[in-house]
This record gives sequence, C-alpha cells and structure tokens, in this order.
Amino acid sequence: MIPVTYYLVLSAVLFLVGATGVLIRRNAIIVLMGIELMLNGANLSFVAFARQFGMVDGHIYVFLVITVAAAEVAIGLALVILLFRNRGTVNIDEVRSLRW
Amino acid sequence: MELYFFLFFAIVAVASSVAMILQRNPIYCVLLLIMVMISIAGLYLMLDAQFVAIIQIVVYAGAIMVLFLFVIMLLNLSREEGGVFRIQKPLAVLLAALLFLPVAAMVMSYAGGGTTPPADGGGAGFGEVEQIGTLLFTKYLLPVEIAAVLLLIAIVGAVVLTRKGTVSVGE
Repeated sequence: MIPVTYYLVLSAVLFLVGATGVLIRRNAIIVLMGIELMLNGANLSFVAFARQFGMVDGHIYVFLVITVAAAEVAIGLALVILLFRNRGTVNIDEVRSLRW
Repeated sequence: MELYFFLFFAIVAVASSVAMILQRNPIYCVLLLIMVMISIAGLYLMLDAQFVAIIQIVVYAGAIMVLFLFVIMLLNLSREEGGVFRIQKPLAVLLAALLFLPVAAMVMSYAGGGTTPPADGGGAGFGEVEQIGTLLFTKYLLPVEIAAVLLLIAIVGAVVLTRKGTVSVGE
C-alpha cells in the first residue's frame, strides 16, 4: 500500500515541470507539450483520489480531460501550422502583433 | 515491492519530463513526453485504473503525440532559435518557483491522507470497464455528449483553419 501523498507529490512535480516548460520554451509546439504534461499531472491526482475513496467518478473526469486535451491539441496545432504558413516561424517571441 | 514499482515509474516520469523541457530538438521532446505518458500509464495500472491506463497509451501516446510528431516533421523544425525576450529564462524559473509555493501548500494540507488501495481493500471490480461504462452512460451522460460535440467542433475547426486559400489571414 502506497500513501496517496506520494502520488500527490509526483503529480505536483509533473505539474510544476510542465508549467516551467511552458514558461521557458519559445517553440509554440513545445509550449503545447508542456500543457499536456500539466494535464497529465492533474490526471494522476484524479486517479489516485479515485483509488483512495473507491469511487470510479475520478476515472470519468480523466476521460473527459483527455477528450479536452485531444481537442485542444488539434486546434492548437492547426493554429501553429497557420502561424508557420503566414510567418515562417513558430517562435512565440516573434508573434507580438495583434494584427498583421 | 509495490513501492519499488512506484519509485521506478516516478523516477522515469520525472527524469523524462525534466529532460523534455531542456531538450533542444523537438522530436526528442516528443519521444521523451511519450516516455512520461507510458510511465504514468504504469502508475494508473498500479492504481487499478486499467481502462484509463489503456486510454492513456492509445489516445495520448498513440494519437496525440503522433499528431505532434507529424506537425514537427511537416514544419521541418530542427532547432529552436533564440528569442528577443532576453530575461525570459530567469523570469520563467522565478515564476515557476513562485508557483511551487501554493502547490506545495496544497499537497501539505493533505498530508494526513490514506493509502492506495485503501486499507479495507476497496470495492470488488474497481476500475473495470463495466463500472466505468455504466457511469458514463447514466450519471455522466450529459458531459459525455458535450465532450462529443467538443470533439466535433475541434475536427471542423482544425480543418477550416488549415484549409489552403479560403482563410485570408495576412494577405
């Protein structure tokens, strides 16, 4: 039996590493991947709590989070492709203007 | 024994994720993130969440990360150039350290928690597909339908955004 706190610490570490990745990287695709890592950290807490309390509801939330992540990635990568086509870069420092 | 498995998966996940945010080559980033996804799937299996573990591997490692890989190869990105925002790195580390405080406080506030599986062994058949399916189509029917519509919007949105010629951004 593993204390649920271990899972919480691991999920917090993954969340923070993901957040750091979002903040320090300049490549828009890697920033999206950092967001995926943060979502995974949150999912791990959901599943750990679901096991502790013996309720499957947490798994349903993880399922919905994965659905939202898939939708987010599809739209995000479409925007990245559009950005690359119009600007020739995916460096988010270069994308500063609100209009072209 | 269980603790060793936990430590193994946890160390693999944390090491790969740290390597991911430091890695310059985007393709290696994707492969490292797949490592993180697979070790998290192993942790899900330890938490008796078989359905979620399979979904994690099939949808995350199999579909979402391949989409990332596909876009990186489509755009032919090999290296990341430097930016114009010079103090980004120190500022980012500072902000992440600030974010550490509330997250650590939240974990600490739960320090008295129980164990997984719970001391009484938990319910029989926990995390099996039957139990999840029943919940999905009864209690959570509306959220599932909304998720389906969300996926439809994402599909249509992605196709409309990337269609050549019709969206006149910049021209």
